[in-house]
Amino acid sequence: MENILEIRNVSKKFVSNNREILAVDNLTFDVKYNEFLSIVGPSGCGKSTVLRMIAGLEKPTSGEILMEGRRIEGPGAERGLVFQQYTLLPWRNVLDNVAFGLEIRGVPKKERYEIARRFIKMIGMEGFEEAYPYELSGGMQQRVAIARTLANDPKVVLMDEPFAALDVQTRAILQHELLKIWEKEKKTVVFVTHSVEEAVYLSDRVIVMTARPGRIKDIIPIDLPRPRKRDSLEFIEYRKRIVNILKDEVLKSYNMYRYAKNGIGC
Amino acid sequence: MNLRKFIAPLLGLALWELLALWLNNPVVLPPVEEVIKVLINPQISILGTGTLLDNTLVSIKRVLSGFILAGAVGVPLGILMGYYPLVMDLFDIIIELLRPIPPLAWVPLALAWFGMGETSMLFIIFIGAFFPILLNTIAGVKGVPKILIETAQTLGAKEKDILLKVVIPASLPSILTGLRIGAGIAWMCVVAAEMLPGSSAGLGYLIMYAYSLSRMDVVIACMIVIGIIGLILDRGLRYIEDRYFKWRYLIK
Ligand SMILES: Nc1ncnc2c1ncn2[C@@H]1O[C@H](COP(=O)(O)OP(=O)(O)O)[C@@H](O)[C@H]1O
Ligand SMILES: [Mg+2]
Repeated sequence: MENILEIRNVSKKFVSNNREILAVDNLTFDVKYNEFLSIVGPSGCGKSTVLRMIAGLEKPTSGEILMEGRRIEGPGAERGLVFQQYTLLPWRNVLDNVAFGLEIRGVPKKERYEIARRFIKMIGMEGFEEAYPYELSGGMQQRVAIARTLANDPKVVLMDEPFAALDVQTRAILQHELLKIWEKEKKTVVFVTHSVEEAVYLSDRVIVMTARPGRIKDIIPIDLPRPRKRDSLEFIEYRKRIVNILKDEVLKSYNMYRYAKNGIGC
Repeated sequence: MNLRKFIAPLLGLALWELLALWLNNPVVLPPVEEVIKVLINPQISILGTGTLLDNTLVSIKRVLSGFILAGAVGVPLGILMGYYPLVMDLFDIIIELLRPIPPLAWVPLALAWFGMGETSMLFIIFIGAFFPILLNTIAGVKGVPKILIETAQTLGAKEKDILLKVVIPASLPSILTGLRIGAGIAWMCVVAAEMLPGSSAGLGYLIMYAYSLSRMDVVIACMIVIGIIGLILDRGLRYIEDRYFKWRYLIK
């Protein structure tokens, strides 16, 4: 079996204020073992919803999601999610936040702190072990959340715009570190981003989604050897291609919001 | 320290002293120094009913017993009600009906059930402290951001971990607020309960007894002690809240 995840005809409807919103419409795709897959699409197209469904936090309205052939019924440690929002436990310092997953799974204190320190070092936050979330910037909190998910050693790492709050340099370092872990530990990554450049730099394949309701517009394999050069001709070619595919959808989603605001509906 | 803050209290004391001298009737208003004399000699027996210190300790002991009991029931029940809809549905209506009844309205029933004495007082204090503790605990648990629970779930947390490692720590600030408010009300209740017939010790008792002997200096001294202890209780718990729960401002 070469697919770790199979997303089969998955749709998700939300009901809020007596209005039904079709967030995700009949999505079908596979994720291969040890694949790095990115999802890009206009905001509000259902990217977070897809990740949350894979994580098991949200049930598909129809269709099903399989992991290693078994239907996903709820959240579990083998599918770690780095949320788009800030989610550190505010009463725990950085070290205890990163060690949280290991603590839950009963890893002895000494061992889990050792692992946690290694990941804190990886995200470049040595010296902040004792700091509390309220003392950290948003970008730092997000890095700690990444360390927390990776330290828990999930088979599938789901990441929802994890680098959005970071400056360009930190972002580049973390992209590099993420690729290192992914290669070394044979992880499968599903990565949501709004940066096409980031998607091309990191991914084996990039899924482009349509404006809401989210469907798959295109899937682009990135056939470039790593480490990739962001200024190489091929790299720029891929970027342009994906930006072009995305452009119409972003426009559509922009107009959708405008019409919705004017009461014409969408 | 801001000296301006002391202007009004000092003026008040001066006014009291002048008024007392002018009235020259300690049964209505004793002079300041008489009250101070009682306060600075807390170990001297007053009117043959024990010392100010003893009576204060009796009240404190009662309040602690009632308060601890209220916390021991209110906090766990609040956590269960906040977390499990089933428990909420079981108790919700009873709580909503009993909550608006002032603790002192329970006095006749307490006397009928437990007779005059310690148990009745304990019951009144319990009732007073219980509801703020319960309601704040429920609010704290319900206010735990869902995303923190989801975070724990994606890290592999089961129901027990979520309750012990997310829900309870996250609601601790709110629980502590409930305990602080509960302690304040318990303190008010103990004084009131000690004024009931059949009481034979405590600050509330001492006040009423001193009143019956027209010893207003003792009455006022007791009132001041009651006020100071209430203040210390409140400030102490507030200090803990600020010192150990700074992070709570992060939970929105
Ligand atoms: N819990 C929810 N209740 C109601 N609507 C939701 C909920 N979650 C998401 N949505 C809606 O579903 C759509 C997709 O949301 P989301 O997956 O967050 O998009 P993205 O991550 O691509 O920006 C949006 O229109 C959003 O408003
Ligand atoms: Mg999103």
